[in-house]
Amino acid sequence: MSHQHRNHPAYWAFVLHRVSGVVLGLFLPAHFLVLRLAVEDARAMDAFLAWTSNPLVALAEAGLVVLLAAHLTGGLRLLAVEFLPWRNWQKTMITISGGVSLCAGLAFLLNAS
Amino acid sequence: MSTGSLSVSVWRGSKKGRFADYDVPRRDRQTVLDVVTHIQRYIDPSLSYRFACRVGVCGSCAMTVNGRARWTCRTHVNQVAADGRLRIEPLRSLRVIKDLSVDMTDFFDKWAKAKGAFEPTATRTNDLAAIQPGDFKRRQASAGIECIGCGVCYASCDVVQWNSDYLGPAALNRAWTLINDVRDGGSRERLAAVAGDAGCHACHSQQGCVESCPKHLNPTASIAGLKRAVAWAALKGTL
Repeated sequence: MSHQHRNHPAYWAFVLHRVSGVVLGLFLPAHFLVLRLAVEDARAMDAFLAWTSNPLVALAEAGLVVLLAAHLTGGLRLLAVEFLPWRNWQKTMITISGGVSLCAGLAFLLNAS
Repeated sequence: MSTGSLSVSVWRGSKKGRFADYDVPRRDRQTVLDVVTHIQRYIDPSLSYRFACRVGVCGSCAMTVNGRARWTCRTHVNQVAADGRLRIEPLRSLRVIKDLSVDMTDFFDKWAKAKGAFEPTATRTNDLAAIQPGDFKRRQASAGIECIGCGVCYASCDVVQWNSDYLGPAALNRAWTLINDVRDGGSRERLAAVAGDAGCHACHSQQGCVESCPKHLNPTASIAGLKRAVAWAALKGTL
């Protein structure tokens, strides 16, 4: 059965919010495991930080920043939908949240370069 | 005036079945319901489908057309079949009785579960309620009151597909119109009825219902209103 009924901005915003949430949920335990090194093994921590200066890692970090920003702005958008009086510019809100997320990623990359 | 032919695939059977292919003459200003009616009258009389008014009032002719739920009587073929091909299926999320006819029992039972019946507070001895058309609550009710119960929003809702108990956009929209009706006295029970796991808070605001509603209603806005009303009632301890 076709899923053409799902092809609209609010659906894709939902998918992005869900996927970014899952990816961030997977990232956080790994992040805390690495932070643990700062206490337990400073040399290993330094080696890991040296590895993160790899451009590919920086690119992956920019992707992570985009996902984090997308989850934040998407969450704010949902709070506005659910707790503020209805506004008919939903697609504008989705566009703004996507744009802010991409800008956050670009700003991160500019800072990293 | 006939202008060529349409290649039409129509679901035949119930839960299990197959698509049957038909060639239907293309006509000016032809609706999808006209196409289905042509098949039933001139090609295969055993085809089952449902319709009544043919003018977008009764809400009985909704089907899935080229992947999207639509009211077929007001859907012109040239809107949906630019390439001359149509794929017509029954509505999603409802039990198929036969071919294009679905069992709407669950859909309307959920209106009852959402306390979708008006609970009068006045009797025939009272004066008529004087309600200004510009009144805030009246405008909120008016925004959702034109629902024809076609089930298009219900069939376009992913949450209904994921959770068969979910009351769905149409029932919740109905509850919201009644909560804004100052003549109604059942809002306390109604808010409790829509506050559960399968109620308004199950909605993910995907807005598929808004995209698909043939009457251009906004069930997501109604559900958001219910979420706010439930939250306030919970804070005030009146839920």
